[in-house]
Amino acid sequence: MEPLLELRKVSFGYGAMPVLEDINIHLHHGQFAALVGPSGAGKTTLLKLILGSLQPTEGEIYTRGKLLQNGHKPRVGYVPQLETVDWNFPVTVEQAVWMGQIGNKNPWPWIMPEERKQVRAMLERLGIASLHQRHIRDLSGGQQQRVFLARALISKPDLLVLDEPTVGLDIQTAEMILVLLAELNRQGVTLLITTHDLNAAAAHLPWVICLNQKVIAQGAPEDVFTEEVLSQTYRGEMIVFQHNGMMFIQQKPHGHGYKDLLPEPVPGEVPQVNS
Amino acid sequence: MTILFEPFQFEFFRNGVMVSLLVGALCGMIGVYIVLRGMSYIGHGLSHAIFGGAVVTYVMAWNFYVGAGLWGFLAALLINQTVRRTRISADAAIGVITTASFAIGVALISRYRHFTRSFDAALFGNILGVTTQDVWVVAVVTLAVMLIIFFMYKQLLFTTFNAEVAQVYGVKTEWVDTLFSLALAAALIASMQILGVTLIAAALVIPAITARLLTDSFNRMIVISTVIGMLTNLVGMYLSYYIDVASGATIVLVQATVFGASLIMSLAQKRAARRLAHTHI
Repeated sequence: MEPLLELRKVSFGYGAMPVLEDINIHLHHGQFAALVGPSGAGKTTLLKLILGSLQPTEGEIYTRGKLLQNGHKPRVGYVPQLETVDWNFPVTVEQAVWMGQIGNKNPWPWIMPEERKQVRAMLERLGIASLHQRHIRDLSGGQQQRVFLARALISKPDLLVLDEPTVGLDIQTAEMILVLLAELNRQGVTLLITTHDLNAAAAHLPWVICLNQKVIAQGAPEDVFTEEVLSQTYRGEMIVFQHNGMMFIQQKPHGHGYKDLLPEPVPGEVPQVNS
Repeated sequence: MTILFEPFQFEFFRNGVMVSLLVGALCGMIGVYIVLRGMSYIGHGLSHAIFGGAVVTYVMAWNFYVGAGLWGFLAALLINQTVRRTRISADAAIGVITTASFAIGVALISRYRHFTRSFDAALFGNILGVTTQDVWVVAVVTLAVMLIIFFMYKQLLFTTFNAEVAQVYGVKTEWVDTLFSLALAAALIASMQILGVTLIAAALVIPAITARLLTDSFNRMIVISTVIGMLTNLVGMYLSYYIDVASGATIVLVQATVFGASLIMSLAQKRAARRLAHTHI
C-alpha cells in the first residue's frame, strides 16, 4: 500500500543556509508519529513543507504515490501552536470550528443548519459541546486546544498535523491532550505532531522521528530513544533511564549540577499553627 | 422637526447626507477587517497615496475615479507584495510607499503652480462639492464592497483570523488579500470627497474599535460598526451644517465622542464585573 505521505531526499534552505538535508520519511495511513528535536532543528520547516507552505529545494514529497508539487495534496487538518492564535479576535467556539468547513459549498455568510449540526457533533465528540457560544479567550488551555482540534477534524482530513500541541499546558492538561490524540488515532485518524516533551512522546507515541537538520533516527521510542541517538540529536549528553516500566529522559547538566551554582541552602522551618 | 428638515431644501445637503450615510456604512464595514488585521495605519497611508494619484490624474487630464482608483489599488498591491515577499513589516512598507506617493503629489503641485483646481477638498473634505454623479459613484462602490464582503465572508474571516492556517485549509489568501486591497482603495476614493485625505483613517478605524469595545462577536461587530459609521456621519453632517465647521472634521469629532463614551462604559462594566466577582469570593 502506498504511504499517505512520503518524503524522498528532501532538502530545504533559506538562501545558502541549509535547514533540512536529505530527509526520507514515510507516513502510512493510521500512523501516529512525532517529530522531536531541539529548537532550530527544522521541525516547523518540515511541517511547512508537508503543508505545502514551502517548496523543497531538492527532493520530492509524495502523497499516495502522487507528487505533492503537482497539486496533489492530502486533506490536511492543521492545528497551529496556541501562542500564534490572536485570542482577542472576536470569534466564538462555534465560529472558530465553522472555519474548518471552508471547503463546503455554502455561499452564504452564515452557518447553515447542517453545518451547525456537524459543528455541535464535533464539539460533543471532543467534550466541549457546552462551550459553543463562549469566546475563545474565555477557555482553559486544554479547551482551547480542543477547539482547534475540532476545527481540524471537521474538515475530514487524511492527515492531522499539530505543531507543539502540549506547549504552554500544565502536565495534567498536556497528558489529557495526548490521550485524546491517541484515542483519535485509534479511531483511524493519521497524526503527525512536533513536540519538545520527550517523556510524553516516550509514554504516548508509537513512532518518533529524531530530527536535527537530518533524520537522526526513526522508529518506536524504545528503539530510538537511546542515549546515543538523543545525544546526537540534541548535541548534548542525554540520560535515559527506566522507572516502573516507564522511560524517562533528561539532559545531563553541563560540567556540574545546577545545585553547585546555588548559594549554600538555608534550612527553613515549618510554622506552628495554633488552632 | 424644522431643525431636522430645514437643511434638506438644499441639494448639496441632500447629496451630502446620502453620501455620508453610504460612506459611513462603507468605512464602518471595511474598518472591521482593517482593525482586526492590525493595519489601522493603512487607511491613513493609502489615502495619502491616493492624493498623489489624484494630482497625477489631474495633470494627465484623466478621469479622477479611474486614475486615483488605479493608483490607490497599485499602492495597496505594492504594500501587500512587499510585506509578503520581503522581511519588511507592514507599517514600514506603508510608511515608505504611501509617503513616496504623497510626495509625488506635493512635488507636482509645487512644480506646476498654475493649478486651477484647489486640492483643499481632497485634503480636508468638502461636502459642498458633492455632485449627483459622486452620489452614484459612492453608491456603486458601497454596493460592490458589500457584495464582496457578503460572498467572501468566510474566506475574509479565516484570512483575517489567521492567514497562514487559512492557506493550509485551501483559502487562496493571496487572492483574498488582493480583492480586499481593491475594495479598500475603492472605499478610500469614494470617501475622499466628504472626509478628506487627512481624516479618512479615523473614519475607518473609530467605528470598528468602538464596535469591538461593545461586542465579542464578529458578526455583531460588523453590524454595530456599520450602524455607528452611518449614524455618526449623519449627526456629523447636521452639526457641520448648523455650526459651520468642515464636514470631515465634524464627523470624526462625533465618532471620537462616541468612542470615548463607549470606552468609559466598557471600563465601568469591567470594574463592576470585577467588583461582583470580588464580592462572591
